[in-house]
Amino acid sequence: MTNPNLSEQLESAVRQHFPDAVESAADCKGRLLLTIRADQLVPVCRFVKESLGFDMPDCVTGIDTGQHLEVVYTLWSTQNQREINLKVIVPYDNPVLDSATGVWRGVDWHEREIFDLFGVQFRGHPDLRRILLPEEFEGFPLRKSYTETD
Amino acid sequence: MDFVPKTEDLDHKHPTPGDGSLKTQELLVNMGPQHPSTHGVLRLLLHLDGEVVLDAVPYIGYLHRGMEKLAERRTYVQVVPLTDRNDYLAAMCNNQVYCQAVEKLAGIEVPERAHFIRVVVNELNRIASHLVWLGTFALDLGAMSVFLYAFREREIILSLFEEICGARLTYSYIRIGGVPWDMPDGWADRVRDFCSYLIPRLNENDALLTGNEIFLKRTQGVGILPPDVAVDYGVSGPVLRGSGIPFDVRRADPYAVYDRLDFDIPYQTTQDCLGRYLVRIEEMRQSVRIIRQALDLMPDGPVMAKMPRVLRPPGGEVYTRIESPRGVMGVYLVSDGGTNPLRMKWRAPSFCNLQALPEMARGWKVADLVAILGSIDIVLGDVDR
Repeated sequence: MTNPNLSEQLESAVRQHFPDAVESAADCKGRLLLTIRADQLVPVCRFVKESLGFDMPDCVTGIDTGQHLEVVYTLWSTQNQREINLKVIVPYDNPVLDSATGVWRGVDWHEREIFDLFGVQFRGHPDLRRILLPEEFEGFPLRKSYTETD
Repeated sequence: MDFVPKTEDLDHKHPTPGDGSLKTQELLVNMGPQHPSTHGVLRLLLHLDGEVVLDAVPYIGYLHRGMEKLAERRTYVQVVPLTDRNDYLAAMCNNQVYCQAVEKLAGIEVPERAHFIRVVVNELNRIASHLVWLGTFALDLGAMSVFLYAFREREIILSLFEEICGARLTYSYIRIGGVPWDMPDGWADRVRDFCSYLIPRLNENDALLTGNEIFLKRTQGVGILPPDVAVDYGVSGPVLRGSGIPFDVRRADPYAVYDRLDFDIPYQTTQDCLGRYLVRIEEMRQSVRIIRQALDLMPDGPVMAKMPRVLRPPGGEVYTRIESPRGVMGVYLVSDGGTNPLRMKWRAPSFCNLQALPEMARGWKVADLVAILGSIDIVLGDVDR
Protein backbone atom coordinates (compact mmCIF):
# COMPACT_ATOMS: atom_id res chain seq x y z
CA MET A 1 0.00 0.00 0.00
CA THR A 2 2.64 2.50 1.05
CA ASN A 3 4.86 3.75 -1.75
CA PRO A 4 8.45 4.81 -1.02
CA ASN A 5 7.85 8.52 -1.60
CA LEU A 6 4.91 8.56 0.75
CA SER A 7 6.91 6.79 3.44
CA GLU A 8 9.69 9.36 3.11
CA GLN A 9 7.20 12.21 3.34
CA LEU A 10 5.66 10.74 6.48
CA GLU A 11 9.06 10.12 8.00
CA SER A 12 10.32 13.64 7.32
CA ALA A 13 7.08 15.15 8.64
CA VAL A 14 7.57 13.35 11.95
CA ARG A 15 11.31 14.19 12.04
CA GLN A 16 10.61 17.85 11.35
CA HIS A 17 8.29 18.20 14.33
CA PHE A 18 10.23 15.93 16.65
CA PRO A 19 13.91 16.28 15.66
CA ASP A 20 15.24 13.97 18.37
CA ALA A 21 12.30 11.58 18.84
CA VAL A 22 12.92 9.25 15.91
CA GLU A 23 15.64 6.76 16.77
CA SER A 24 15.49 4.86 13.52
CA ALA A 25 13.25 4.34 10.51
CA ALA A 26 12.84 1.15 8.57
CA ASP A 27 10.85 -0.12 5.66
CA CYS A 28 9.45 -3.51 6.67
CA LYS A 29 8.06 -5.07 3.48
CA GLY A 30 6.43 -1.83 2.42
CA ARG A 31 5.42 -0.64 5.87
CA LEU A 32 6.97 2.43 7.42
CA LEU A 33 8.25 1.55 10.90
CA LEU A 34 9.53 4.41 13.05
CA THR A 35 11.28 3.63 16.32
CA ILE A 36 10.35 6.41 18.73
CA ARG A 37 11.97 7.38 22.02
CA ALA A 38 9.70 6.16 24.81
CA ASP A 39 9.25 9.57 26.45
CA GLN A 40 8.16 11.12 23.12
CA LEU A 41 5.60 8.45 22.24
CA VAL A 42 2.40 10.24 23.27
CA PRO A 43 3.27 13.61 21.63
CA VAL A 44 4.23 11.77 18.43
CA CYS A 45 0.99 9.77 18.56
CA ARG A 46 -1.03 12.95 18.98
CA PHE A 47 0.85 14.55 16.06
CA VAL A 48 0.31 11.64 13.65
CA LYS A 49 -3.37 11.55 14.57
CA GLU A 50 -4.10 15.25 14.37
CA SER A 51 -1.73 16.42 11.62
CA LEU A 52 -1.15 13.31 9.50
CA GLY A 53 -4.67 11.87 9.73
CA PHE A 54 -3.96 8.49 11.33
CA ASP A 55 -7.34 8.32 13.00
CA MET A 56 -7.74 4.56 13.43
CA PRO A 57 -5.75 2.43 15.90
CA ASP A 58 -5.43 -0.80 13.97
CA CYS A 59 -3.30 -2.97 16.22
CA VAL A 60 -0.94 -2.73 19.17
CA THR A 61 1.61 -5.51 19.37
CA GLY A 62 3.90 -6.49 22.20
CA ILE A 63 7.12 -8.30 21.31
CA ASP A 64 9.76 -9.93 23.49
CA THR A 65 12.88 -10.09 21.33
CA GLY A 66 15.00 -11.76 24.01
CA GLN A 67 17.00 -8.55 24.60
CA HIS A 68 14.15 -6.21 25.49
CA LEU A 69 10.42 -5.70 25.09
CA GLU A 70 8.91 -3.76 22.22
CA VAL A 71 5.48 -2.23 21.70
CA VAL A 72 4.37 -1.45 18.15
CA TYR A 73 1.39 0.80 17.41
CA THR A 74 0.00 0.07 13.94
CA LEU A 75 -2.13 2.99 12.81
CA TRP A 76 -4.36 3.46 9.82
CA SER A 77 -5.66 6.56 8.11
CA THR A 78 -9.24 6.14 6.87
CA GLN A 79 -8.98 9.28 4.73
CA ASN A 80 -5.70 8.53 2.98
CA GLN A 81 -5.76 4.71 3.21
CA ARG A 82 -2.25 4.33 4.52
CA GLU A 83 -0.42 2.82 7.43
CA ILE A 84 2.26 3.89 9.87
CA ASN A 85 3.94 1.89 12.63
CA LEU A 86 5.43 3.43 15.73
CA LYS A 87 7.72 1.22 17.76
CA VAL A 88 8.91 1.84 21.30
CA ILE A 89 11.60 -0.15 23.08
CA VAL A 90 10.81 -1.03 26.70
CA PRO A 91 13.57 -2.39 28.97
CA TYR A 92 12.91 -5.45 31.16
CA ASP A 93 14.02 -3.74 34.37
CA ASN A 94 11.67 -0.77 34.03
CA PRO A 95 8.73 -1.78 31.81
CA VAL A 96 6.81 1.49 32.01
CA LEU A 97 5.31 3.36 29.09
CA ASP A 98 2.95 6.30 28.75
CA SER A 99 -0.49 5.18 27.66
CA ALA A 100 -1.88 6.34 24.32
CA THR A 101 -5.48 5.92 25.47
CA GLY A 102 -5.79 9.71 25.58
CA VAL A 103 -5.13 9.83 21.83
CA TRP A 104 -7.23 6.86 20.62
CA ARG A 105 -9.79 5.28 22.92
CA GLY A 106 -9.43 2.03 20.97
CA VAL A 107 -5.93 1.24 22.27
CA ASP A 108 -7.44 0.67 25.74
CA TRP A 109 -7.93 -3.10 25.48
CA HIS A 110 -4.79 -3.57 23.39
CA GLU A 111 -2.68 -1.97 26.12
CA ARG A 112 -4.46 -4.04 28.78
CA GLU A 113 -3.61 -7.15 26.77
CA ILE A 114 0.07 -6.19 26.60
CA PHE A 115 0.03 -5.47 30.35
CA ASP A 116 -1.60 -8.87 30.88
CA LEU A 117 0.75 -10.93 28.73
CA PHE A 118 4.02 -8.94 28.83
CA GLY A 119 3.79 -6.96 32.05
CA VAL A 120 4.26 -3.54 30.49
CA GLN A 121 2.86 -0.87 32.82
CA PHE A 122 0.99 1.81 30.91
CA ARG A 123 1.18 5.04 32.87
CA GLY A 124 -2.09 7.00 32.74
CA HIS A 125 -4.21 4.08 31.51
CA PRO A 126 -7.73 4.48 32.96
CA ASP A 127 -8.32 0.82 33.78
CA LEU A 128 -5.13 -1.23 33.75
CA ARG A 129 -6.24 -4.75 34.74
CA ARG A 130 -5.60 -8.21 33.31
CA ILE A 131 -7.95 -8.81 30.41
CA LEU A 132 -7.52 -12.34 29.03
CA LEU A 133 -6.06 -14.12 32.05
CA PRO A 134 -7.68 -14.47 35.49
CA GLU A 135 -6.79 -11.74 37.96
CA GLU A 136 -4.96 -14.09 40.31
CA PHE A 137 -2.65 -15.31 37.52
CA GLU A 138 1.04 -14.85 38.26
CA GLY A 139 3.66 -13.94 35.68
CA PHE A 140 3.54 -12.70 32.12
CA PRO A 141 3.26 -15.69 29.76
CA LEU A 142 4.40 -14.11 26.52
CA ARG A 143 7.76 -13.13 27.97
CA LYS A 144 10.54 -15.45 26.83
CA SER A 145 11.66 -15.86 30.44
CA TYR A 146 8.25 -17.27 31.48
CA THR A 147 8.21 -20.88 32.61
CA GLU A 148 5.03 -22.93 32.96
CA THR A 149 4.12 -23.91 36.47
CA ASP A 150 2.96 -27.48 35.78
CA MET B 1 -12.17 -5.65 41.87
CA ASP B 2 -14.81 -4.39 39.52
CA PHE B 3 -14.53 -1.15 37.65
CA VAL B 4 -17.58 0.89 38.60
CA PRO B 5 -18.18 4.08 36.60
CA LYS B 6 -19.25 7.18 38.49
CA THR B 7 -22.96 7.85 38.11
CA GLU B 8 -22.37 11.54 37.44
CA ASP B 9 -20.37 10.59 34.34
CA LEU B 10 -23.47 9.18 32.73
CA ASP B 11 -26.20 11.20 31.08
CA HIS B 12 -29.04 9.22 32.57
CA LYS B 13 -30.91 10.75 35.56
CA HIS B 14 -32.57 8.64 38.23
CA PRO B 15 -36.31 9.28 38.16
CA THR B 16 -36.78 10.15 41.81
CA PRO B 17 -39.58 12.38 43.12
CA GLY B 18 -38.48 15.90 44.01
CA ASP B 19 -39.13 15.66 47.75
CA GLY B 20 -36.44 12.99 48.17
CA SER B 21 -38.84 10.57 49.90
CA LEU B 22 -38.13 7.74 47.48
CA LYS B 23 -34.70 6.57 46.41
CA THR B 24 -33.72 4.23 43.61
CA GLN B 25 -30.39 2.56 43.38
CA GLU B 26 -28.21 1.24 40.62
CA LEU B 27 -28.45 -2.50 40.15
CA LEU B 28 -25.53 -4.68 39.06
CA VAL B 29 -26.50 -7.71 36.99
CA ASN B 30 -24.27 -10.30 35.35
CA MET B 31 -25.29 -11.16 31.82
CA GLY B 32 -23.36 -14.28 30.92
CA PRO B 33 -21.00 -16.06 30.70
CA GLN B 34 -23.73 -18.66 30.10
CA HIS B 35 -26.40 -16.35 28.71
CA PRO B 36 -27.64 -17.68 25.33
CA SER B 37 -27.62 -14.33 23.57
CA THR B 38 -23.95 -13.68 24.35
CA HIS B 39 -23.11 -16.24 21.64
CA GLY B 40 -20.46 -17.95 23.66
CA VAL B 41 -18.73 -17.22 26.92
CA LEU B 42 -18.90 -13.47 27.30
CA ARG B 43 -19.77 -11.85 30.61
CA LEU B 44 -21.28 -8.40 30.65
CA LEU B 45 -21.55 -6.64 33.98
CA LEU B 46 -24.64 -4.49 33.55
CA HIS B 47 -25.22 -1.36 35.58
CA LEU B 48 -28.98 -0.98 35.48
CA ASP B 49 -31.46 1.63 36.51
CA GLY B 50 -34.65 -0.36 36.27
CA GLU B 51 -34.46 -1.70 32.76
CA VAL B 52 -32.18 0.99 31.41
CA VAL B 53 -28.53 0.10 30.82
CA LEU B 54 -26.31 2.74 32.42
CA ASP B 55 -23.17 0.86 31.50
CA ALA B 56 -22.18 -2.55 30.21
CA VAL B 57 -18.66 -3.65 31.11
CA PRO B 58 -17.45 -6.68 29.12
CA TYR B 59 -15.37 -9.34 30.88
CA ILE B 60 -13.56 -11.59 28.43
CA GLY B 61 -10.96 -14.33 28.48
CA TYR B 62 -13.17 -17.33 29.30
CA LEU B 63 -12.10 -18.96 26.01
CA HIS B 64 -8.45 -17.87 26.11
CA ARG B 65 -6.31 -20.73 24.86
CA GLY B 66 -3.02 -18.90 24.50
CA MET B 67 -2.85 -19.24 20.71
CA GLU B 68 -0.06 -16.70 20.44
CA LYS B 69 2.09 -18.57 22.97
CA LEU B 70 1.30 -21.93 21.34
CA ALA B 71 2.42 -20.55 17.97
CA GLU B 72 5.89 -19.82 19.36
CA ARG B 73 6.35 -23.54 20.12
CA ARG B 74 5.44 -24.76 16.62
CA THR B 75 7.02 -24.51 13.20
CA TYR B 76 5.52 -22.08 10.71
CA VAL B 77 3.66 -24.89 8.94
CA GLN B 78 2.31 -26.37 12.18
CA VAL B 79 0.69 -23.07 13.14
CA VAL B 80 -1.87 -23.27 10.27
CA PRO B 81 -4.27 -25.69 12.07
CA LEU B 82 -4.05 -23.53 15.20
CA THR B 83 -5.36 -20.52 13.29
CA ASP B 84 -8.53 -22.44 12.39
CA ARG B 85 -9.55 -22.27 16.01
CA ASN B 86 -9.46 -18.50 16.41
CA ASP B 87 -12.51 -17.29 14.52
CA TYR B 88 -14.08 -20.71 14.08
CA LEU B 89 -16.89 -19.42 11.87
CA ALA B 90 -14.42 -18.15 9.29
CA ALA B 91 -11.49 -20.56 9.43
CA MET B 92 -10.60 -20.00 5.76
CA CYS B 93 -10.03 -16.31 6.48
CA ASN B 94 -7.83 -17.19 9.44
CA ASN B 95 -5.73 -19.50 7.25
CA GLN B 96 -5.57 -16.79 4.61
CA VAL B 97 -4.23 -14.02 6.84
CA TYR B 98 -1.65 -16.23 8.56
CA CYS B 99 -0.35 -17.77 5.32
CA GLN B 100 -0.25 -14.34 3.75
CA ALA B 101 1.94 -13.09 6.61
CA VAL B 102 4.38 -16.00 6.30
CA GLU B 103 4.51 -15.65 2.52
CA LYS B 104 5.27 -11.95 2.83
CA LEU B 105 7.95 -12.60 5.43
CA ALA B 106 9.62 -15.43 3.50
CA GLY B 107 9.11 -13.90 0.05
CA ILE B 108 7.08 -16.82 -1.32
CA GLU B 109 5.32 -16.24 -4.64
CA VAL B 110 1.87 -17.87 -4.63
CA PRO B 111 0.66 -19.27 -8.01
CA GLU B 112 -2.11 -17.33 -9.67
CA ARG B 113 -4.62 -20.18 -9.63
CA ALA B 114 -4.17 -20.63 -5.89
CA HIS B 115 -5.00 -16.96 -5.38
CA PHE B 116 -8.28 -17.37 -7.23
CA ILE B 117 -9.21 -20.54 -5.32
CA ARG B 118 -8.41 -18.68 -2.10
CA VAL B 119 -10.75 -15.86 -3.09
CA VAL B 120 -13.57 -18.34 -3.83
CA VAL B 121 -13.25 -20.17 -0.49
CA ASN B 122 -12.82 -16.90 1.42
CA GLU B 123 -16.02 -15.49 -0.01
CA LEU B 124 -17.92 -18.75 0.51
CA ASN B 125 -16.76 -18.63 4.10
CA ARG B 126 -17.93 -15.03 4.39
CA ILE B 127 -21.40 -16.08 3.23
CA ALA B 128 -21.42 -19.05 5.65
CA SER B 129 -20.38 -16.82 8.53
CA HIS B 130 -22.92 -14.12 7.68
CA LEU B 131 -25.62 -16.81 7.45
CA VAL B 132 -24.86 -17.95 11.00
CA TRP B 133 -25.03 -14.33 12.09
CA LEU B 134 -28.31 -13.80 10.19
CA GLY B 135 -29.88 -16.85 11.80
CA THR B 136 -28.76 -16.12 15.35
CA PHE B 137 -29.50 -12.40 15.10
CA ALA B 138 -33.03 -13.15 13.93
CA LEU B 139 -33.39 -15.77 16.68
CA ASP B 140 -32.30 -13.27 19.32
CA LEU B 141 -35.11 -11.00 18.13
CA GLY B 142 -37.64 -13.84 18.15
CA ALA B 143 -37.75 -14.77 14.45
CA MET B 144 -37.37 -18.54 14.52
CA SER B 145 -37.90 -19.42 10.86
CA VAL B 146 -35.03 -17.31 9.51
CA PHE B 147 -32.68 -19.21 11.83
CA LEU B 148 -33.73 -22.53 10.32
CA TYR B 149 -33.56 -21.23 6.75
CA ALA B 150 -30.12 -19.64 7.22
CA PHE B 151 -28.68 -22.85 8.63
CA ARG B 152 -30.19 -24.83 5.74
CA GLU B 153 -28.32 -22.58 3.29
CA ARG B 154 -25.09 -22.72 5.30
CA GLU B 155 -25.22 -26.51 5.28
CA ILE B 156 -24.63 -26.48 1.51
CA ILE B 157 -21.47 -24.39 1.93
CA LEU B 158 -20.20 -26.72 4.64
CA SER B 159 -20.77 -29.68 2.31
CA LEU B 160 -18.85 -27.87 -0.44
CA PHE B 161 -15.99 -27.26 1.99
CA GLU B 162 -16.08 -30.88 3.13
CA GLU B 163 -15.72 -31.89 -0.49
CA ILE B 164 -12.73 -29.63 -1.14
CA CYS B 165 -10.77 -30.22 2.08
CA GLY B 166 -12.46 -32.89 4.18
CA ALA B 167 -13.41 -30.63 7.08
CA ARG B 168 -16.61 -28.78 7.84
CA LEU B 169 -15.32 -26.21 10.31
CA THR B 170 -11.55 -26.33 10.80
CA TYR B 171 -10.39 -26.36 7.22
CA SER B 172 -6.61 -25.70 7.13
CA TYR B 173 -7.19 -25.64 3.37
CA ILE B 174 -5.13 -22.55 2.69
CA ARG B 175 -1.49 -23.48 3.28
CA ILE B 176 1.74 -21.53 3.12
CA GLY B 177 2.55 -21.23 -0.60
CA GLY B 178 -0.93 -21.85 -1.99
CA VAL B 179 -3.55 -24.52 -1.44
CA PRO B 180 -2.64 -28.22 -0.98
CA TRP B 181 -4.74 -29.58 -3.87
CA ASP B 182 -6.95 -28.33 -6.65
CA MET B 183 -10.75 -28.19 -6.63
CA PRO B 184 -12.38 -31.60 -7.18
CA ASP B 185 -14.07 -32.33 -10.54
CA GLY B 186 -17.35 -30.50 -10.92
CA TRP B 187 -16.85 -28.52 -7.70
CA ALA B 188 -16.81 -25.16 -9.50
CA ASP B 189 -20.16 -25.99 -11.13
CA ARG B 190 -21.65 -26.94 -7.78
CA VAL B 191 -20.46 -23.60 -6.36
CA ARG B 192 -22.12 -21.82 -9.31
CA ASP B 193 -25.32 -23.76 -8.67
CA PHE B 194 -25.19 -22.75 -5.04
CA CYS B 195 -24.78 -19.07 -6.02
CA SER B 196 -27.90 -19.25 -8.18
CA TYR B 197 -29.73 -21.03 -5.37
CA LEU B 198 -28.67 -18.58 -2.68
CA ILE B 199 -29.77 -15.23 -4.14
CA PRO B 200 -33.57 -15.90 -4.20
CA ARG B 201 -33.38 -17.56 -0.74
CA LEU B 202 -31.51 -14.55 0.57
CA ASN B 203 -34.15 -12.19 -0.80
CA GLU B 204 -36.81 -14.33 0.84
CA ASN B 205 -35.08 -14.26 4.24
CA ASP B 206 -34.46 -10.55 3.90
CA ALA B 207 -38.16 -9.97 3.16
CA LEU B 208 -39.13 -12.01 6.23
CA LEU B 209 -37.18 -9.60 8.42
CA THR B 210 -37.25 -6.19 6.75
CA GLY B 211 -40.94 -6.71 6.02
CA ASN B 212 -41.60 -7.40 9.67
CA GLU B 213 -42.58 -4.41 11.77
CA ILE B 214 -41.41 -6.01 15.03
CA PHE B 215 -37.94 -6.58 13.57
CA LEU B 216 -37.77 -2.99 12.34
CA LYS B 217 -38.91 -1.62 15.71
CA ARG B 218 -36.21 -3.64 17.45
CA THR B 219 -33.39 -2.52 15.15
CA GLN B 220 -34.18 0.86 13.60
CA GLY B 221 -32.39 3.67 15.46
CA VAL B 222 -31.16 1.22 18.13
CA GLY B 223 -27.51 1.09 19.21
CA ILE B 224 -26.20 4.20 17.47
CA LEU B 225 -22.45 4.22 16.85
CA PRO B 226 -21.31 7.55 15.34
CA PRO B 227 -18.59 7.22 12.67
CA ASP B 228 -15.95 9.24 14.54
CA VAL B 229 -16.41 7.10 17.68
CA ALA B 230 -16.24 3.91 15.59
CA VAL B 231 -12.94 4.96 14.01
CA ASP B 232 -11.51 6.06 17.35
CA TYR B 233 -12.20 2.59 18.75
CA GLY B 234 -10.62 0.85 15.76
CA VAL B 235 -13.97 -0.75 14.88
CA SER B 236 -13.97 -2.38 11.45
CA GLY B 237 -15.99 -4.57 9.12
CA PRO B 238 -19.79 -4.36 8.77
CA VAL B 239 -20.07 -2.45 12.08
CA LEU B 240 -17.89 0.36 10.73
CA ARG B 241 -19.60 0.31 7.34
CA GLY B 242 -22.96 0.41 9.09
CA SER B 243 -21.75 3.68 10.62
CA GLY B 244 -21.22 5.18 7.18
CA ILE B 245 -17.49 4.62 6.55
CA PRO B 246 -16.92 2.47 3.44
CA PHE B 247 -13.61 1.03 4.64
CA ASP B 248 -12.91 -2.46 3.35
CA VAL B 249 -9.42 -4.01 3.27
CA ARG B 250 -10.25 -5.75 0.00
CA ARG B 251 -10.29 -2.28 -1.58
CA ALA B 252 -8.10 -0.19 0.75
CA ASP B 253 -5.15 -2.58 1.03
CA PRO B 254 -5.89 -5.28 -1.59
CA TYR B 255 -4.57 -8.81 -1.15
CA ALA B 256 -4.80 -12.00 -3.25
CA VAL B 257 -6.47 -10.90 -6.53
CA TYR B 258 -9.24 -8.66 -5.17
CA ASP B 259 -7.86 -5.67 -7.09
CA ARG B 260 -8.80 -7.45 -10.34
CA LEU B 261 -12.39 -8.17 -9.34
CA ASP B 262 -15.37 -5.89 -9.63
CA PHE B 263 -17.56 -5.51 -6.53
CA ASP B 264 -19.17 -2.81 -4.41
CA ILE B 265 -18.53 -1.94 -0.77
CA PRO B 266 -21.99 -1.69 0.79
CA TYR B 267 -22.41 0.84 3.59
CA GLN B 268 -25.25 2.51 5.49
CA THR B 269 -25.32 5.93 7.12
CA THR B 270 -27.97 5.10 9.72
CA GLN B 271 -25.33 3.97 12.29
CA ASP B 272 -27.85 1.59 13.93
CA CYS B 273 -28.50 -2.16 14.18
CA LEU B 274 -30.60 -2.10 11.02
CA GLY B 275 -27.73 -0.46 9.11
CA ARG B 276 -25.34 -3.21 10.17
CA TYR B 277 -27.94 -5.80 9.17
CA LEU B 278 -28.41 -4.28 5.70
CA VAL B 279 -24.65 -4.07 5.14
CA ARG B 280 -24.19 -7.80 5.84
CA ILE B 281 -27.12 -8.82 3.64
CA GLU B 282 -25.73 -6.81 0.72
CA GLU B 283 -22.24 -8.18 1.40
CA MET B 284 -23.50 -11.70 0.79
CA ARG B 285 -24.84 -10.61 -2.60
CA GLN B 286 -21.48 -8.99 -3.40
CA SER B 287 -19.67 -12.17 -2.33
CA VAL B 288 -21.74 -14.13 -4.83
CA ARG B 289 -20.66 -11.62 -7.47
CA ILE B 290 -17.00 -12.06 -6.50
CA ILE B 291 -17.24 -15.88 -6.52
CA ARG B 292 -18.77 -15.92 -10.00
CA GLN B 293 -16.05 -13.62 -11.37
CA ALA B 294 -13.25 -15.54 -9.69
CA LEU B 295 -14.49 -18.83 -11.12
CA ASP B 296 -14.74 -17.27 -14.59
CA LEU B 297 -11.29 -15.66 -14.50
CA MET B 298 -9.47 -18.57 -12.86
CA PRO B 299 -6.39 -19.53 -14.93
CA ASP B 300 -4.96 -23.05 -15.21
CA GLY B 301 -1.70 -23.95 -13.55
CA PRO B 302 -0.16 -25.15 -10.31
CA VAL B 303 -1.84 -24.43 -6.98
CA MET B 304 1.24 -24.70 -4.75
CA ALA B 305 4.52 -22.83 -4.84
CA LYS B 306 7.85 -24.63 -4.59
CA MET B 307 8.46 -24.85 -0.87
CA PRO B 308 11.65 -25.70 1.03
CA ARG B 309 11.52 -28.82 3.23
CA VAL B 310 12.14 -26.71 6.32
CA LEU B 311 10.78 -23.19 6.26
CA ARG B 312 13.12 -20.62 7.84
CA PRO B 313 11.98 -17.10 6.91
CA PRO B 314 14.75 -14.50 7.16
CA GLY B 315 14.76 -12.36 10.30
CA GLY B 316 12.34 -9.47 10.21
CA GLU B 317 8.81 -8.48 11.00
CA VAL B 318 5.67 -8.10 8.97
CA TYR B 319 2.07 -7.04 9.50
CA THR B 320 -0.64 -8.05 7.10
CA ARG B 321 -4.41 -7.70 7.19
CA ILE B 322 -7.45 -9.08 5.41
CA GLU B 323 -11.16 -8.35 5.48
CA SER B 324 -12.69 -11.18 7.47
CA PRO B 325 -16.49 -11.44 7.85
CA ARG B 326 -16.13 -9.50 11.09
CA GLY B 327 -13.65 -6.85 9.97
CA VAL B 328 -9.92 -6.27 9.81
CA MET B 329 -8.11 -9.46 10.74
CA GLY B 330 -4.38 -8.94 11.03
CA VAL B 331 -1.27 -10.92 11.86
CA TYR B 332 1.94 -9.37 13.16
CA LEU B 333 4.66 -11.92 12.60
CA VAL B 334 8.24 -11.61 13.82
CA SER B 335 10.99 -13.99 12.73
CA ASP B 336 14.48 -14.41 14.13
CA GLY B 337 15.53 -16.67 11.26
CA GLY B 338 14.58 -19.86 13.11
CA THR B 339 12.01 -22.55 12.34
CA ASN B 340 9.39 -21.19 14.76
CA PRO B 341 7.86 -17.71 14.84
CA LEU B 342 9.47 -15.47 17.45
CA ARG B 343 6.09 -13.79 17.92
CA MET B 344 2.69 -14.09 16.28
CA LYS B 345 0.17 -11.43 17.23
CA TRP B 346 -3.42 -11.90 16.17
CA ARG B 347 -5.36 -8.69 15.50
CA ALA B 348 -8.85 -10.00 16.12
CA PRO B 349 -11.76 -8.00 14.67
CA SER B 350 -14.22 -9.24 17.32
CA PHE B 351 -11.90 -8.06 20.10
CA CYS B 352 -11.74 -4.53 18.73
CA ASN B 353 -15.43 -4.33 17.84
CA LEU B 354 -16.55 -5.61 21.25
CA GLN B 355 -14.63 -2.78 22.87
CA ALA B 356 -17.14 -0.29 21.44
CA LEU B 357 -20.15 -2.17 22.89
CA PRO B 358 -20.56 0.09 25.98
CA GLU B 359 -20.72 3.12 23.65
CA MET B 360 -23.61 1.56 21.75
CA ALA B 361 -25.41 0.09 24.77
CA ARG B 362 -25.62 3.04 27.17
CA GLY B 363 -29.13 4.38 27.59
CA TRP B 364 -30.90 1.42 25.96
CA LYS B 365 -33.02 -1.25 27.60
CA VAL B 366 -31.67 -4.73 28.40
CA ALA B 367 -33.73 -6.23 25.58
CA ASP B 368 -32.11 -3.79 23.14
CA LEU B 369 -28.69 -4.81 24.40
CA VAL B 370 -29.40 -8.30 23.04
CA ALA B 371 -30.05 -6.77 19.62
CA ILE B 372 -26.99 -4.51 19.83
CA LEU B 373 -24.67 -7.34 20.84
CA GLY B 374 -26.10 -9.51 18.07
CA SER B 375 -25.54 -6.76 15.53
CA ILE B 376 -21.79 -6.59 16.31
CA ASP B 377 -21.45 -10.29 15.47
CA ILE B 378 -18.66 -11.37 17.79
CA VAL B 379 -17.08 -14.81 17.91
CA LEU B 380 -15.63 -15.50 21.33
CA GLY B 381 -12.90 -17.71 19.93
CA ASP B 382 -11.73 -14.62 18.08
CA VAL B 383 -12.10 -12.28 21.07
CA ASP B 384 -10.21 -14.48 23.53
CA ARG B 385 -7.82 -16.35 21.21
